Amino acid sequence: MSSEIMSEIKRDHIVNLLKTGVREDGRGLTDIRKIKVETNCIESADGSARVKLGKTEVIAGVKIIPGTPFADTPNIGVLTTGAELIPMAHPSFESGPPGEDAIELARVVDRGIRESGMVDVEALCITPGEEVWMCFVDIYALDYDGNLFDAANLATVCALKSATIPGEQYGKGENKPLPITCLPISVTEVKIGNDLIVDPNYDEEQISSARLTVTTDDNGNFRAMQKGGCGSITLEELGICLDRAVEIGAEIRKIIG
Amino acid sequence: MSGHTDMVLVDENGMRIDGRTAEEHRPIKIEAGVLNNADGSAYVEIGKNKVLAAVYGPRECHPRHLQNPTKAIVQCKYNMQAFSVSDRKRPGPDRRSIEISKIISEALEKVVLTELYPRASIDVYIEILQANAGTRCAGLTAASVALADAGIPMRDIVPAIAAGKADGHVLLDLNKEEDNYGQADVPIAIVPSTDEIVLLQMDGNMTREEFDHAIDLAVNACHEVYDIQKDALKRRYSKSNQEVSE
Repeated sequence: MSSEIMSEIKRDHIVNLLKTGVREDGRGLTDIRKIKVETNCIESADGSARVKLGKTEVIAGVKIIPGTPFADTPNIGVLTTGAELIPMAHPSFESGPPGEDAIELARVVDRGIRESGMVDVEALCITPGEEVWMCFVDIYALDYDGNLFDAANLATVCALKSATIPGEQYGKGENKPLPITCLPISVTEVKIGNDLIVDPNYDEEQISSARLTVTTDDNGNFRAMQKGGCGSITLEELGICLDRAVEIGAEIRKIIG
Repeated sequence: MSGHTDMVLVDENGMRIDGRTAEEHRPIKIEAGVLNNADGSAYVEIGKNKVLAAVYGPRECHPRHLQNPTKAIVQCKYNMQAFSVSDRKRPGPDRRSIEISKIISEALEKVVLTELYPRASIDVYIEILQANAGTRCAGLTAASVALADAGIPMRDIVPAIAAGKADGHVLLDLNKEEDNYGQADVPIAIVPSTDEIVLLQMDGNMTREEFDHAIDLAVNACHEVYDIQKDALKRRYSKSNQEVSE
C-alpha cells in the first residue's frame, strides 16, 4: 500500500526476530490475528459487517436494488464491489477518487466472491430480460494496520451472508435472504527476506518484497489469486502459500461460519 | 469465466477449436525497435493479439511526489484502444486497466536495475491494438523487449503467458472463446534465469492438481517465449549494425 520511511533499527529488529520464527507482535509465522465480526450493524444497508483483524478495521455494506440486467446476461443479477481507502484510516491515505491500491483491493475481493459463485446471481432475476436485483458491495477501510485484503474479504463475505433482498420496499414480493452458496476465504502472505508470513501487519507489509493473496472455496479449491509487490516468489514458496491458504482458510471459515 | 458448456472447446481427440493441443501456445511474433521517438519499443503478436510497447526514460519523474531518492520507479500504462475489442471500448483508463498497469509495473521493477537511477522514472506504455485473450501477458512480454531495446540495464527479460482451464482440460494460452466459456485463467510471468514468479493472478475454479499442472505448462512456455524475445533483440541488433556500416 503506502510507503513511509521506517527506521533501520526497527526494520532490523523485525527481520532479526523473524529469523528466530517470532514476529514483532509475538505471533508465529503462520498465526493470524484475532478476528472480530459484527454483522448487520447498519440498519440503512441491506447487509453489513464491521470486521476487525487485529488492529485493522474494515466496514462493508450491501445495497440491493432492482435494475436493468446487462444485455449479454438478461437473466442474471448484477454484483459489483468497490473499495475506498479513506483518510480517516491512515495518515498516508488521501481523499479523492479511488487510487490504484483501492482499485486492486476491490477487484481482488470481487474476484473471490464472483469466481466462487458465492452469491447465486441466477436467483436474482425478477423478470427475465427486464429486471434483476443489483447487489452493490462497498468497502471502507476504517483503521489500517496491514492486510486490508483479508479484512475486506471477510467483511464482504459476512455482509453478503447477512444480507436481505428488500422485496417489500420495492413491491417485488417478500423480503428474503440473499442466496448464498459458499464462503470464499482469502489468505494473504507477504515475503520478508526468505520468510513467508501470514496476515502481515502494517510494519511487516512496509518491509515486505512480495505479496500473495489466495482465495479458496468450501472444498479447498482455488478461486482467485493475486501476486503483488515488486519482489518475486519461487515455485517452492508458491506451493507453501497454497497449502497454507487451504489450511488457514478452513480455520477462518469455521470462525465466521 | 461463466462456465457455459454448450460450446465444445476441446474435442474427443484433445484438439482445441483453433487446432492446437492442450500444451501448445498460439503463434508468436516479436519485433524490437519498431517506433522512432520512443527510447525503446516492441511489437508483439500472440495469435490474434496485436500489442505495441514503448519505453521512455530513465527521465525526470512526474508527478514529483512519486520520486524515490534511492531508486528509479517503473511506471507502466496499459491501454486498450477503442477498436481493439468487438464492442467499442470507452477510451481512457478503467478499473481493469489500472489494476493491470499496477501489476505489470511491479513485475518489471523486479528485473530493472532501478538503483542506478535515483529519482528517475522509467515509463512503459502498452497499447493493445487488437485483443483476443491474454493481452496482459502479451503486453508484459512486449514491454520487457522494449526495455531491453531502450538499453535499460536489467537482470533478465520477463516473458509472460497464461494457462487455464476449459471443458475441464488444463490448457496453455487460452484464446478468446476458451477464456469466455472456460473455467479458469492463470496469467503468469517469470524471471527465466531463476524461474522466480513476478506476476501471478488466477480466477475461476481449480483443484491443487489442476493448478500445479497449469503452472508447469505456463513456466515451460515462458521459456519458449523468452527464446523468441531474445531472438527478436538479436535480429534488431544485427540490423542496426548493418545500418551503421552502410
